[in-house]
Amino acid sequence: MSADATTPEHAASDDPAAPAAPSGLRSLGEALFAPVADAFVGLGDWTLFSFRATTGVFTRHHKRSEFLRACVEIGVGSFGVVAITGVFIGMVLAVQAYNQFHTIGLDTSLGAVIHMSLVRELGPVLAAVMLAGRIGTAMAAQLATMRVTEQIDALACLGVDPVKFLVAPRFLACLVMIPLLTVVADALGILGSTFIALKVFKIDGFHYWRHTANFVTLWDLFIGLSKSVVFGGVLSLICCHRGFNSRAGAEGVGRAATEGFVLSFVAVLVIDFVLGLLFNTLGNVLFPAVTSRIA
Amino acid sequence: MATVSPLIRLDDVSVSFGTQHVLSRITLDVFPQQTLVLIGESGCGKSVTLKLIVGLLTPTSGEVYFAGKSVRAMRERELTAMRLHVGFLFQQSALFDSLSVFDNVAFGLRAQGQLREAEIRDRVRERLLEVGLPAAVEVKMPTELSGGMRKRVGLARALAIDPEVMLYDEPTTGLDPIMTDVINELILQTRSRRPVTSVVVTHEMRTVHKVADRVVMLYPLARLAPGEPQVLYDGPPQKLLTSLNPRVRQFVEGEARDRLSELRLEADAAR
Repeated sequence: MSADATTPEHAASDDPAAPAAPSGLRSLGEALFAPVADAFVGLGDWTLFSFRATTGVFTRHHKRSEFLRACVEIGVGSFGVVAITGVFIGMVLAVQAYNQFHTIGLDTSLGAVIHMSLVRELGPVLAAVMLAGRIGTAMAAQLATMRVTEQIDALACLGVDPVKFLVAPRFLACLVMIPLLTVVADALGILGSTFIALKVFKIDGFHYWRHTANFVTLWDLFIGLSKSVVFGGVLSLICCHRGFNSRAGAEGVGRAATEGFVLSFVAVLVIDFVLGLLFNTLGNVLFPAVTSRIA
Repeated sequence: MATVSPLIRLDDVSVSFGTQHVLSRITLDVFPQQTLVLIGESGCGKSVTLKLIVGLLTPTSGEVYFAGKSVRAMRERELTAMRLHVGFLFQQSALFDSLSVFDNVAFGLRAQGQLREAEIRDRVRERLLEVGLPAAVEVKMPTELSGGMRKRVGLARALAIDPEVMLYDEPTTGLDPIMTDVINELILQTRSRRPVTSVVVTHEMRTVHKVADRVVMLYPLARLAPGEPQVLYDGPPQKLLTSLNPRVRQFVEGEARDRLSELRLEADAAR
């Protein structure tokens, strides 16, 4: 018996892998709608990926050691950069706002406005953006390298769900550590702005703090921290998803890291806007007295 | 042999990545304890075939069966259980960078969760010894190992779970001739020590002649005439050189002949 398999049985038109001939109209349609369709496919894929990763927190695939390692990597590794960002943002706000407040004689209200901005908006957003750059890109590049070198396939072959094993601990670590780092950014921002206000511009300390205590409430702190929890979760899932779907080679890894940062950055800004609206509405319903006090 | 059912079956399988078509209507049976070697030019879909078997890739059409069950239809738990019967030696070894050699080899055993740590330690040492690695290597990180050592650690990791099926993706690529033969010997040793079914993807003809019971040669789809089957050869290694198909003989003999001018023509046409 000949070992050669040379019997051609299938006509080319029967070949399911054969490409269909594109018509002009179809090409135009594809050119117009393909990016939109791709975006929806990507969003759907990310949603499924996120569901898998978040449910992975409660499965045997999720290891405490991986979680602790991610916490140390995120927390300890990012403390310095978040602290520096917080201090300088606080100082810059004080320097920029002082002239306007001084002109209308509201120097002592400077603290209230700056601290409110820091706790509700700038602390969470800037910490999240810094961490998207510092942690998000690292996670995307790390997972992309694992994808390119087949380590993710190897995990699957050894009976472990790679999404649950690799993404769940990173997601959980971001959920825990990013709010903590936001507290650091808030605290050091307040310290920086207070130093400029009280020591450089010689604003009266008693009234400065009195105004802050009147305007900045636990509700504001709750809003800021709630935002940072959402930012942490979303940026970790975006960056891990990009890493998991990396293309081959060094260029693929670089692209995954860049896409991870850019998409996280945009997501943080959009989510901040949406949550801002939501919390304002909720605040008006829950604490109408606060609204009237500010007005 | 006719009464034995295949352990792995590819039934009319095609695979495409977007507009790139890699496999077309492949039907292939791998029988228990057989050592099947897949050969063919780069890009003909050999590694893709291996990944289809363990469900790392899903066919665009057709079905892959493992022990009679469709891999596509397997639930997550079934897929995991199936994969734990399969050892996979990856092309670049795919050792986990962040783990030591010991933890790499122990990884699958820990994931199974059936052995105590002392038993895992014994099993890891046994497998490392089998592939000729000393205990001192256990604490090293993958980046500290040579190419041959990485392959052997990868093999020890795959063998640690006592697989029924071994898949080798270019196990000797990038190794020197001595280390290539060491890996060949390890493949033979694995087969002689346990009743394992093996699928080996390779370009190395010495590996083919040394380990294969059966050879299947695939051909890149882009270079086939319409209607031509992608499997150019399916038979014993001894008959490769006397194959009626000149493309099989050309590959086996490793002669470029008019391939360079073909490549130039293809490049010119692609401009």
